[in-house]
Amino acid sequence: MELFDILMTASFWAAAVRIASPLIFATMGEIICERAGVLNLGIEGIMVIGAFTGWMAVYSGTGLWGGVAVAMAAGMLFGLLHSVLTVPFGLSQHVVGLGITLLATSSASFAYRLLLPEVTSPPRIVPFQPYEVPMLSEIPLIGPALFAQTPMTYLAFATVAVVALVLYRTPLGLAVRAAGENPSAVASQGLSVTGLRMGAVIVGSGLMAVGGAFLTMSAFSSFFFEMVNGRGWICIALVVFGAWKPGKALLGALLFAAFDALQVRLQQTPLGAQVPYQVFLMIPYVLSILALVLMSRRAEVPAALMVPFNKGER
Amino acid sequence: MTAIKTEAQDVLRLTNISKSFGATKANSDINFALKKGEVIALLGENGAGKTTLMNILFGHYTPDTGTVEAFGQMLPPGKPGAALAAGIGMVHQHFTLADNLTVEENILLGTEPLWKLGLGRAAARARIVQLSQDFGLAVHLAAKVGLLSVGERQRVEILKALYRDARVLILDEPTAVLTPQETDALFVTLRKAVALGLSVIFISHKLHEVMAIASRVLVLRHGRLVGEVAVADTDKHALAEMMVGAEVAPPEIAAAQIGAPILSLRAVSVVSQGTKGGLQDIDLQLKSGQITGLAGVSGNGQAALADLLSGLIVPDQGEVEIDGRAIAQWSPRIALSNGIARIPEDRHKTGAIADFTLTENVILESFKSAQFSRRGWMNKAEADRFARHVIDTYDVRCPGPATPIRLLSGGNMQKLILGRALEPGPKVILANQPVRGLDIGAVTYVQSRLIAARDAGAAVLLISEDLDEIMGLSDVIHVISEGRLSPGFARGSKSATELGIWMAGHGFAEDAA
Amino acid sequence: MRLEPVTAPTLARTLGYPALAIALTVILASGLSLLAGANPFATLGLIIKGAVGSKFALLETLNRATPLIFTGLAIAVAFKAKLWNIGAEAQLYAGAVVTVLLGTGAVGLPQPFFWVVMAGGAMLAGALVLLGPVLLKTRLGVDEVVTTLLMNFIVLLFVSYLLEGPMKDPMGMGWPKSAALLREARLPRIVPGLRLHWGFGLALVSAGVVWLIQTKTTLGYEIRAVGLNKEAARFAGISVSRVLVLTALLSGGLAALAGFSEVAGLKGNLTLDLSPGFGYTGIIVAMLALLHPLGVVVSALFVAGIFVGADSMSRAAGVPSYIADILLASALLLMVLAILLTRFRVVRG
Repeated sequence: MELFDILMTASFWAAAVRIASPLIFATMGEIICERAGVLNLGIEGIMVIGAFTGWMAVYSGTGLWGGVAVAMAAGMLFGLLHSVLTVPFGLSQHVVGLGITLLATSSASFAYRLLLPEVTSPPRIVPFQPYEVPMLSEIPLIGPALFAQTPMTYLAFATVAVVALVLYRTPLGLAVRAAGENPSAVASQGLSVTGLRMGAVIVGSGLMAVGGAFLTMSAFSSFFFEMVNGRGWICIALVVFGAWKPGKALLGALLFAAFDALQVRLQQTPLGAQVPYQVFLMIPYVLSILALVLMSRRAEVPAALMVPFNKGER
Repeated sequence: MTAIKTEAQDVLRLTNISKSFGATKANSDINFALKKGEVIALLGENGAGKTTLMNILFGHYTPDTGTVEAFGQMLPPGKPGAALAAGIGMVHQHFTLADNLTVEENILLGTEPLWKLGLGRAAARARIVQLSQDFGLAVHLAAKVGLLSVGERQRVEILKALYRDARVLILDEPTAVLTPQETDALFVTLRKAVALGLSVIFISHKLHEVMAIASRVLVLRHGRLVGEVAVADTDKHALAEMMVGAEVAPPEIAAAQIGAPILSLRAVSVVSQGTKGGLQDIDLQLKSGQITGLAGVSGNGQAALADLLSGLIVPDQGEVEIDGRAIAQWSPRIALSNGIARIPEDRHKTGAIADFTLTENVILESFKSAQFSRRGWMNKAEADRFARHVIDTYDVRCPGPATPIRLLSGGNMQKLILGRALEPGPKVILANQPVRGLDIGAVTYVQSRLIAARDAGAAVLLISEDLDEIMGLSDVIHVISEGRLSPGFARGSKSATELGIWMAGHGFAEDAA
Repeated sequence: MRLEPVTAPTLARTLGYPALAIALTVILASGLSLLAGANPFATLGLIIKGAVGSKFALLETLNRATPLIFTGLAIAVAFKAKLWNIGAEAQLYAGAVVTVLLGTGAVGLPQPFFWVVMAGGAMLAGALVLLGPVLLKTRLGVDEVVTTLLMNFIVLLFVSYLLEGPMKDPMGMGWPKSAALLREARLPRIVPGLRLHWGFGLALVSAGVVWLIQTKTTLGYEIRAVGLNKEAARFAGISVSRVLVLTALLSGGLAALAGFSEVAGLKGNLTLDLSPGFGYTGIIVAMLALLHPLGVVVSALFVAGIFVGADSMSRAAGVPSYIADILLASALLLMVLAILLTRFRVVRG
C-alpha cells in the first residue's frame, strides 16, 4: 500500500509543514483583515511583492531577518494603499483588491527587470537553513516535521498563537472583532472604526508579504514571476474553511499542505505515473473549491465584512 | 422614589447649538440644561433634529456653532469619546452591540486601553453583576448577544453605559421595541437610576410615556427648541400641538362595508429565520373593504407574515388561499399576479432601487406586462407616460421621471411606491409600517389613500408597531406575539392596555385551554 | 473625514476628478521612466508612437484590442449584475479549446456556417465554465470571486494536459501546441493585405449587441436591477438566480469569443501562451469604461495601445515593458476613486 508508506515517512510530514508555512502567514493576515470587516483580495499580489522585496533585500546584502522586515514593510505599504481606498473612501473591496494584486505583481516584475537587467537565469541567495531543535527533532515522524524546520516556519506557528491571543484575549482584539461585526458598536465607544480597520489591513498585509517572502527565502532561493501561483486565492478559501478562527485555519492549512505534499509523492508512484501530472497539480485548487462548498452551509461570516462604514450616515 | 435633591446643579448644558447639512438646518440655536437627578424628555417628530443633536453631544458631528458642557467642563467638539469619558452614556435606537461577542465582551468593549494584554474579566464580572442587581437589569453574561431578545439587548446597552460610570443616561426611543410591560420595567430601572443621583434624557414621540417618566419636557420642531414645560403644567393635548405645530385630526374614516374574504391563511406555520421570528399555526382572513391591523412588538413574527404575503417565503405548514382556492406555487411574482399589492417595511432597501430613476422604479413590478414590454423589448415611452401619471396622481414632488429616486425625500419616495402598488387596482394591500419616518403631511396622505382603497373594496393588512396608528385605522385588530395571532378584535372593542397585555404574550394560553 | 453625497455634481466635478486621475497616472509614468534612467517625455512619446505612430503600430493595437474588447465586455456584463466573474481567463481558454476542436476538422461545414458553429461552440464552452461557480453561488452561497479565480488555474492546467496529450500536434516537434486550424476555419482579414481580421469586427458588433441588451431589453433592466439592489429586485418579483445565471451565460460566452477570435483570427492554433492575461486585463478595461459596453471598445483600444506602445518603447528606451501593467493598475485604482469623488464630497467631522 503506497499511500500508507508515504504517510509513514518523516519527509512527507516535513514537506507538508513546509508547504503550509507561507499559507499560514498569509491566512493569518487575511483573517485579521476580514475580522475587521475588510476583504483583502490584494493578497495574491502582496505575496508576490513580499517574495520579491525580501529576496531582493537579501540579494543586495541585507541579512535574512532584515529581508523579512523589508518584505513586511513592503506588504504594509500596499496594505496602506488598500486600506485608504477601501476604509475611509469605502470603495469596492473587490475592485480595489484586484487592482492592488495587479499593481503589486507588476511592480515586482518591473523592479526585477529594472534592478537585474542583465540576468538570464534568476540569481540565488543563501536562504534560511533548517534548525533542528535538540531532542525534540529526534522524535520519530513528528520530530523532523515540526522541529527540524527553518526559523520562518517556527515564526509561522508563533504568528498563529499571537494572532489568536490578540483576537481573543486583548481589548484590541475585541475591538477588531466588533469592527467586523457591527462597526457602530465600536464607534459608539469612542473608538475609531477607520483606525482599527486600516490598522488591521496594514498589519494583515504585512503578514501576507512575509508569507510570500517564505517562498524566496526559505522554500526556494530565487525569485520567479509566477511563483505565488494562486496561493493567495487558496488562502482566501482557507479563511472560510477555518471559519475565520486562527486555530481552525492553521489546521486547514496543514491539511491542505498535506494533500499537496501527497500529490507530489503520488506522482512518483507507478500508478501515479499513468495519470497526467496536471491532474495532480489541479488538486490544491479543486480542494479549495471543495472547502468553500463544504463550509458554505455553516456561515459564520463577520456580519460587516465588505460593508463600508461611513460615520456620517444618517 | 423621593431622591434627596439638596442642590439642583446642572450636569449637562448645551448652548447655542446649530448644525446645517447643505441647505437643511438640522439644529438651530438650541439651549438647554439638565439637572442632577431629573428625567427630561426630548419630544419631537421624526426629522425634528433629535438625532442630530445627540450626535453633536457625542462628538460624532461637529456643530456649526455652540458648545456642550458636562459637569462644568467644556467638551471638545467633534471628538467622539469625550462625552463618554465625561460620564454621558447613550442607548441608541439601533443597538450598537456586536452579535458575535458575548454580553460581557460587549460591555467590556472599549473600556480598557487597546494596547493591553488580557481582558481583566474577573474584576469586571463582579462589577457588572453588582450593577445589574442595583438597577434591576437581569442579563446572562456568557451569552452571545446575537441570541438575545430585543429587551435583553436593551438591558445590555444600559449596563454598558452604567459600567462606564455614566452619570447621565440618554435613551433614544427606548420603548419602540418594548411591550407595554417591558416598558414599565424599564421605567422602574430609570427611577432607580434617578434615585441614585443619575440624570436621564428620554427621547420619544410617545406622549403618554413622556408624561409618565419625565419631570420636564423639551419639544423640538424643525430643528428648533419650540417649548420647554414642566410635566405638571401640561397635558398630552398641549404637547401634541407643540410637537406638530397644530393639532392634527386623525384621518376621517367611515364605517366599513365589509365583504367576502379574499386572502386567507389556514393553520400557517413558518420556521423562524435568524432574528426575524416565525409564525405558529396562524389563521387569518383578509376581507374586502376592511382594514385589518396587526399590532405587536417588533420581532414577534410580523416580518415572517409580511414576507409570506409578499411571496418571499412559502409556509412550512398550512395553506394560503386566495378567493377560496389554495395556492400551489408561491413567489413575489405570483403574489403580484393575484392582485396582492405590497408596501414594504424598508422603502430604501426593499421598496426601491436608489440609483434607478422614478420611471424605472415605478415599473419594477410590472415591466414584463404587455404595457411596458413586448417580446423582451422595453417600451420606454409608455413607462415614462405611466411614471408621469403616478407622479401627478399621487402628488410625488420631484424634478421629473428621469430623476434617480435616491434624491427624493422619504415621503415622496413612499408616495411613488404607494402609486406603484395601488395603480393596478389590487384586491389585497399589504402595508408594512407604511408611514414610519414620514412627516405629518405624508403620513396623512398615505393613510387617506389606504382608507380610500379600503372603501373601494380592497382588503388591507396594516402592520405597525405604533399602537395609536393601528387603533386609529383598523376595522379589526389582531395582536401578534411570539409568532401567535390573537383573535380579531373589532374597532373600539379593546383598550390600548388590553391590547398591550396581548402584545406581552398573555391571553394566548387561555385560548388554547 | 466623512463622505457626503453631492446631489447635483457640476461639470467641473464630473470631468475634473477623472482628468486628475489621468494626470496622476502620467506623472507616475514619468517617475517610473526616471527611475529607469530614461527621459519621461521620450518614454511617453515612444509609447504613443509605438501605439499609433504607424500603420503597423495601429494595426497591432487594433489586434491587441480585439480580445480585450471581448473580455472587457464579459466583465462589464457580469459586474453590472454584481457578479464577480474573475475567471474570464478560464472562459477564454475554454472557447479556444472548442474552436480548435471544431476547426481542425471535427466537422466540415460550408461557410459561413462553419464560423457560426465554431463561435457558438466556443461561447457554449465559456458559458459552461462560468455556470459552475454561479450555480454554487445561487444554490449554496459560495463566493464566486474565489471560485472563478481558482477555475483559471484549473482550466489552464487542463489545457496544458490537452496540449501535451490528446490535442497535441503530432507535427509540432514536441512543443505543447495544437494542430493548426483548417484554412477555411480561419477568420479572413477585413481588408485584404492589412493584418486585421474579422474578430475585430465581431468584437464591435458584440459591443453593440451588449449595449442593446442592457438598455433596451427586459433582461438588461433586470440585470441592472439585480446589480443595484438584489433585495428590492427579488421583492419586485425578479428571480435573482435566473438573472445571475443568464448573466453568467452571456459573460462566459463573451469571454470565450476572445479565445475563438484569437485562435481563428490571429494565431491559427492553440498554445499555453495564447493569452497574456487578457482575462485579468479585461477587469481594467471594463472598470475604466465604467462598465459601459460602448465605452469598453474605447478603453480596450486605450489599454491595448498602452501595451503595444510600451512593448515598442521598452525595446527603444530600455524601460521595462511592465511599466504598462503598473500604469493600468494605477489608472484602475485612481479612476474608481475619481468616480467616487464626482459623487461624494469629503468633509471633515
